[in-house]
Amino acid sequence: MGEPVVQVLGGATLADRSKDALAVAFVALLLGIPMVGLTTVDQGGTLQVATRWPILAAFVLAVFAGRLVLRYLADRLGERRVRRERSLTSSDQRRTAGGRRMIVRVGWLAFIGALLLPIAFSDNRYVVDTATTVLIYVMLGWGLNVVVGLAGLLDLGHVAFYAVGAYAYALLSTQFGWGFWVALPVAGLIAAGFGLIIGWPSLRLRGDYLAIVTLGFGEIIRVILINWTEFSGGPNGITSIPRPTFFGLPFKPPSDEPTFASFFGLEFSPVHRIVFLYYVILVLCVLTNVFVTRLRRLPVGRAWEAVREDEIACKALGINVTNVKLSAFVLGAMLGGVAGVFFAARQGFISPESFTFNESAIILAIVVLGGMGSQLGVVLASLVLVLLPELGRDFAEYRMLLFGTAMILIMIWKPGGILSKREPTLRHAREEGRP
Amino acid sequence: MSERQPLLAVDRLTMRFGGLTAIDDLSLDVHTGRITAVIGPNGAGKTTLFNCMTGFYKPTVGSVRLNHPQRGTLALEALASHQVARAAQVVRTFQNIRLFPKMTVLENLIVAQHNPLQEASRFSLAGLLGLPSYRRAETQAVEKAVRWLTRLGLIDKADLAAGDLPYGTQRRIEIARALCVDPILLCLDEPAAGLNPRESAELNALLQSLVRDDGLSILLIEHDMNVVMNVSDHICVLNYGRKIAEGTPEAIRTNPSVIQAYLGEEEDERYDGDKGAAR
Repeated sequence: MGEPVVQVLGGATLADRSKDALAVAFVALLLGIPMVGLTTVDQGGTLQVATRWPILAAFVLAVFAGRLVLRYLADRLGERRVRRERSLTSSDQRRTAGGRRMIVRVGWLAFIGALLLPIAFSDNRYVVDTATTVLIYVMLGWGLNVVVGLAGLLDLGHVAFYAVGAYAYALLSTQFGWGFWVALPVAGLIAAGFGLIIGWPSLRLRGDYLAIVTLGFGEIIRVILINWTEFSGGPNGITSIPRPTFFGLPFKPPSDEPTFASFFGLEFSPVHRIVFLYYVILVLCVLTNVFVTRLRRLPVGRAWEAVREDEIACKALGINVTNVKLSAFVLGAMLGGVAGVFFAARQGFISPESFTFNESAIILAIVVLGGMGSQLGVVLASLVLVLLPELGRDFAEYRMLLFGTAMILIMIWKPGGILSKREPTLRHAREEGRP
Repeated sequence: MSERQPLLAVDRLTMRFGGLTAIDDLSLDVHTGRITAVIGPNGAGKTTLFNCMTGFYKPTVGSVRLNHPQRGTLALEALASHQVARAAQVVRTFQNIRLFPKMTVLENLIVAQHNPLQEASRFSLAGLLGLPSYRRAETQAVEKAVRWLTRLGLIDKADLAAGDLPYGTQRRIEIARALCVDPILLCLDEPAAGLNPRESAELNALLQSLVRDDGLSILLIEHDMNVVMNVSDHICVLNYGRKIAEGTPEAIRTNPSVIQAYLGEEEDERYDGDKGAAR
């Protein structure tokens, strides 16, 4: 098919670039003749082949120009990356320190923004609702980040633990009348138990097998939930799951018993519950973040990263690799389960449809896109992955195309994820200053 | 001194991979406070011996006994690899350096102290709460790491990512990391590979000081004869998985079978060359 497409490296001349673009345009021409240049039209009941040469010409021209621009941008980005990598000197450390302060600052700004959001948009149900969805994904992302980002275990079935948490709460509350706050830790522990059962045998295997086992487990859970009708309600799911209450005060229209609105002397409004749910997941997220960030600086967290970097070296240093992996896997499962409890309580209705592989893929994409192991990266990636399809609603059927393009662009621009810079867990420079 | 019980006794060790016999009926003693070197041509089974000793391979036949001064006699061949480092305090490095490349040098050395630190953190609870007992343990771990980094001249690299550093530096980091596990026997797999002459002279000095000042015993696989002949107390020569000679550096230097194993190929080549010239 024409001449092979040559990879033009940095410092390419205009002639090189044009030649490259010409080659691509030629390929576009070959492909375009049947796909764009010829079309069938219905003429008097019979199909006739019609030609569309002007459109084909425009198509080839667009490919030519697009390739030129794309190549130019890619080269520029590549050059910048090379330059950045070359300048690995002491000034680099200073810059990292500046970057660290910046990340901390952005983190606090995001937190304050998240705190104030429902106040700023108190009359806009849609915004608060979407923000809650973002936070659910942030929490799922942080849970999976421990497994994938820190411990380097490829978990393709994280949604299974999300489902376990959600169904655990749904069943505990509808069958046994458990409240949200009591069921929350219990359901988290049940999910952790499932993590233990899955992880115990499969974490002894090499990485690829774990991916297959978790992928299978995710499907098994979903298929069980669909088919075991007496237990899980089958495809109909579980309805009227109790919503969380504000220290025992339900969010209901005025009735005989005290409600949130009547207790505080407010006029009843359905927004109260939405805002309350938002703050619940915000608190859960903050707890998760503090917990995971602290764990990362502890021996167990450093061992997770060490196992990701080199398992054999860990063994040679006396680290029980299976236990380290298991702790990461179980913790990730537990956090997924807690997110599931919140999801069930927020929706009031769950069915197996909410826990498909697609969901696992999105959570994994959040972790990878955010930059493996980066907490703030997960937040940014969740924002992108939840908001893009929402914003894209106006583009109707093109919205998934937009979504895919955005993901490709991020991966070209930042192959290591949005925030790929790893933050050391402790520093000699600071330690020296300590008494 | 050599009449004492050996620190490590490899007894009639055989390791087969399918039809290939990598180690054949090998016996070897390593004594306390000595540097023992294992040398031999490529593929002689040196690294396989290390892998059998440190639990990465299960030997087909034979035993590896460690006479631990406090913990009695341990059968290394029956221990899992992490237990060899943890319980038997036999710590190894790797021929192809295995650092944690994205972590800083200091972090690499702290990870090596995982077990005592993990105990101090009480299943991470004391660590999560930031209890003083854990903080003290962490400070001590950092102090130990800093001590080794200073001794090996790496302290100015402490906060840099280990994977970004030059090869020779990475070799030293790997040794420093192994030392942080508190080994009684340090097994070094080609520590001088890829080092320049100045660096390998520094390595010689370091190895000797570790034995003299820190009471370590060292088992060494090495190709660099400069290192082997200068620092070893005892040398064991392997060829095709068999021990062909053993003794002091002087004895090995003049041993005919060693010369044949190492230099025999050279004679063959000269012979071929002569033939080629005659033709």
